Amino acid sequence: MSTETLGHNSVDPRSNGLFGVYVHWPFCAAKCPYCDFNSHVHRGEFDEPAYVEAYSRELAHFARQTEGRVVQSIFFGGGTPSLMDPRSVAGIIDAIAQHWTIDPKAEITLEANPTSVEANRFRGYRSAGVNRVSLGVQSLREGPLAELGRRHTVDEAIAAVRLAQSIFPRSSFDLIYTRPKQTLADWEDELTDALWLAEPGHLSLYQLTIEMGTRYYDLFKAGKLKMPDEDTSADFYELTQELTQKAGLPAYEISNHARPGQESRHNLIYWRYGEYVGVGPGAHGRLLINNQRHATATEKMPFDWHKKVLARGHGLVTDDILTWEEEGDEMLVMGLRLREGIDPRRFHRIAGRAISDRQIAELKAIGFVETLPNGFIRVTDKGWPVLDAVVADLAA
Amino acid sequence: MSVPLDHIRNFSIVAHIDHGKSTLADRLIQTTGGLDLREMKEQVLDSMDIERERGITIKAQTVRLTYKAQNGETYILNLIDTPGHVDFAYEVSRSMSAVEGSLLVVDASQGVEAQTLANVYHALDANHEIVPVLNKVDLPAADIPRVKQQIEDVIGLDASDALEISAKTGIGIDTVLEAIVHRLPAPKGDINAPLKALLVDSWYDTYLGVVVLIRVVDGTIRKGQKVRMMASGATYELDRVGVFTPKLVTVDNLGPGEIGMFTASIKQVADTNVGDTITDDRKPTEHALPGFRPAQPVVFCGLFPVDASDFEELREAMGKLRLNDASFSYEMETSAALGFGFRCGFLGLLHLEIIQERLSREFDLDLIATAPSVVYEIELTSGETMHLHNPADMPDVVKIEEIREPWIKATILTPDEYLGSILKLCQDRRGIQRNMTYVGNRAMIEYDLPLNEVVFDFYDRLKSISAGYASFDYTLSDYRPGDLVKLSILVNAEPVDALSMLVHRNAAESRGRQMCEKLKELIPPHLFVIPIQAAIGGKIIARETIRALRKDVTAKCYGGDATRKRKLLEAQKRGKKRMRQFGSVEIPQEAFIQALKMGDE
Repeated sequence: MSTETLGHNSVDPRSNGLFGVYVHWPFCAAKCPYCDFNSHVHRGEFDEPAYVEAYSRELAHFARQTEGRVVQSIFFGGGTPSLMDPRSVAGIIDAIAQHWTIDPKAEITLEANPTSVEANRFRGYRSAGVNRVSLGVQSLREGPLAELGRRHTVDEAIAAVRLAQSIFPRSSFDLIYTRPKQTLADWEDELTDALWLAEPGHLSLYQLTIEMGTRYYDLFKAGKLKMPDEDTSADFYELTQELTQKAGLPAYEISNHARPGQESRHNLIYWRYGEYVGVGPGAHGRLLINNQRHATATEKMPFDWHKKVLARGHGLVTDDILTWEEEGDEMLVMGLRLREGIDPRRFHRIAGRAISDRQIAELKAIGFVETLPNGFIRVTDKGWPVLDAVVADLAA
Repeated sequence: MSVPLDHIRNFSIVAHIDHGKSTLADRLIQTTGGLDLREMKEQVLDSMDIERERGITIKAQTVRLTYKAQNGETYILNLIDTPGHVDFAYEVSRSMSAVEGSLLVVDASQGVEAQTLANVYHALDANHEIVPVLNKVDLPAADIPRVKQQIEDVIGLDASDALEISAKTGIGIDTVLEAIVHRLPAPKGDINAPLKALLVDSWYDTYLGVVVLIRVVDGTIRKGQKVRMMASGATYELDRVGVFTPKLVTVDNLGPGEIGMFTASIKQVADTNVGDTITDDRKPTEHALPGFRPAQPVVFCGLFPVDASDFEELREAMGKLRLNDASFSYEMETSAALGFGFRCGFLGLLHLEIIQERLSREFDLDLIATAPSVVYEIELTSGETMHLHNPADMPDVVKIEEIREPWIKATILTPDEYLGSILKLCQDRRGIQRNMTYVGNRAMIEYDLPLNEVVFDFYDRLKSISAGYASFDYTLSDYRPGDLVKLSILVNAEPVDALSMLVHRNAAESRGRQMCEKLKELIPPHLFVIPIQAAIGGKIIARETIRALRKDVTAKCYGGDATRKRKLLEAQKRGKKRMRQFGSVEIPQEAFIQALKMGDE
């Protein structure tokens, strides 16, 4: 894991000194059948500069509440941020730089689709300041790509990955596995290809889950989508751990693999339960104001969000102060996804309670949890595939 | 204002559920003008929601009708609506002894049912004059000659002058009223003798307090009088005497043969015993009326709140229910599995269901009920005899000389096509056949059965194997020695007390296996393998294994949306609160409820 110290934020146990900015760009060229993220396909006229202006105004609002922080990471997620004009990306990064200090070593990530059209903008993004891309490849096989509703071919994807690797200091791509009809052997082949392509370093490997409100959900409910059972799903997961480990890209999080040092710093801010601003339609944030953790969320519908920002400077629809119990729950839910685990002393300070010794002892006895030499508690290899159940026990 | 005895007729209506008892009662009330149409709620007499929904009567109720007969005379007709279920057999017998005659209502398309029979016997025991009434004669499926023949063959009543009516459309209602006047006897009694009245039933009314339903036998009862309950010895001064028309109308007094109510600042229904004799405190009668006995619970089960923090609410609710239902008993119980709750006694299974339903409906409580158990008599080697209400209290086998269990006499009426499966069911439940007769294409079977085989799910099974056509009734008969063992269920090697039960040795293995199989379905996989075992003493007789959870992890987190993950975790935590912890195993409430409901599938 990265030991490099980032930024200069005071190391408050509540934030761990971590601070990042998430920018949600909700627009897509088309909606994928498995995706339940806040994404919208806009039709007709679209005034991108007007939206960029709204992002700047919303950033200004959050900056007033988090004055003096050093930004360690910026993440453009979506939706499809690679539909943005590079000038818009530059504009938003400039706005961030106006309000906060951006750490010179900050990670600035942009999620991109590997179509040839979008790859043409990579150099523009790099000039705007982006230093890492995360590509939504999803599969390295033609049939599944079409089924997943992706608008690129395998060749295009490979070309985009290669191009990104040549332009950006760091890059990553996503794959979706445990798909309907996929066999273990299929996945072994595909993942082997991916590991070869992923040099030098980061892969996000997500098992397909059926989410409410997606087309896959309707198909699944109608019995038209055969999903692998629990045992098969466990086999896929184990195989994935084995292959990535062997290739030198072990999991540092449930679904994320990296060569040491190549971890996504932005996502680590979430998982280490740091502080982050979320701007744009349907973005989430966690802000520490007056020693209280605020959970923020903005209006999901882009048009309404835009209207709100123009009217009052932000698109917030939720701004809740979390209770200690809620903070503790979030820290566990996020932190135990990490290989490094969580610091029980920090948990105690944040949640105002200790994790139950009895629960830890029981889970240790059956080999699902371990304590590391640095005092951190983590879920073992054996416990990872059933993480949600383990977390529920620890949180109870 | 006592009415002359020869102008009073007291009667009840005997019928099977759905054969039209309540509809007929409504029609009689309406025809004699007891209520105008506007006031007629459907089926006035069954006033509790549960009563109306299930079409059963739990509390006896009365209505006093004023009828101008065709001979020009005006008569007072008192109808007692009696509980119609075997659980309330004693209450039925007391209600029956308060009147002189019965209308036997039989559905002209369905014929005689087991329950009809049991209630007819109560009526015959009370020396009633019985007028057979065929209802629903307007239905296409009505078969009047066949049903008349059946009444004669099965019950032994002359049905040649049975009335043919339709309570729903009103056909023949006038003939019913005339038959009540001319075919039923007038009550007897001595107005000058000391007061002697039968306590028919009582209930708690929010406005009036405890309302006592009575039948005056001798003497008069009036407001302000000081009366004595002969069995309990308690005395009360009456604040109100009245009759139901069915609206409550207060009167100055009630004389011999009359049926009515009084209130007397009585705190709880438990202070009034059905069947007790009420007399004048200063001038008491010498002999109490015969037939009194205190209420005796027959079936027991534990009731526990699903949410342990509802315990106090449950205690309060039980107290309130008990105010109105003295036949239901409860005492505190602690279970390792279910925490704090109550061991409750009931008159029977229906009574149990009603109480459970009222607790959840009227008090909004979620409950877990343990397996119903009967009362066992255990003779210990020390020579002592104990009554066992709860399998958890079973003494060590070496201390037991003999276990005796209650048996019943069951009567089942069924179309003959289901006879085979019903006989098999009775055999499987250790039944001993006593009698079998045919009436047309219907068979009447009499069996001796152990009550513990019946409380389990006998009635549901009977209904399902006969497509709902078989009817069933029973009376408790005696205690007999039985080869009974305590079946324990162990989850992850820990015994779960709430699931233990007494069963016959021969049935233990199959019951144990079913229980294990069912629990395997009901307990969700944990992080480790969970053995589920059934045991008698230390001997394991059945085993199932719940495999360990292999995969349960959210693949993707949406940006920094920790809220969504937290909500899922909170839901999991709430779910855990609704589980019962057994060592390291969590058993959902649902598992207790379902496992105990288990049938013979």
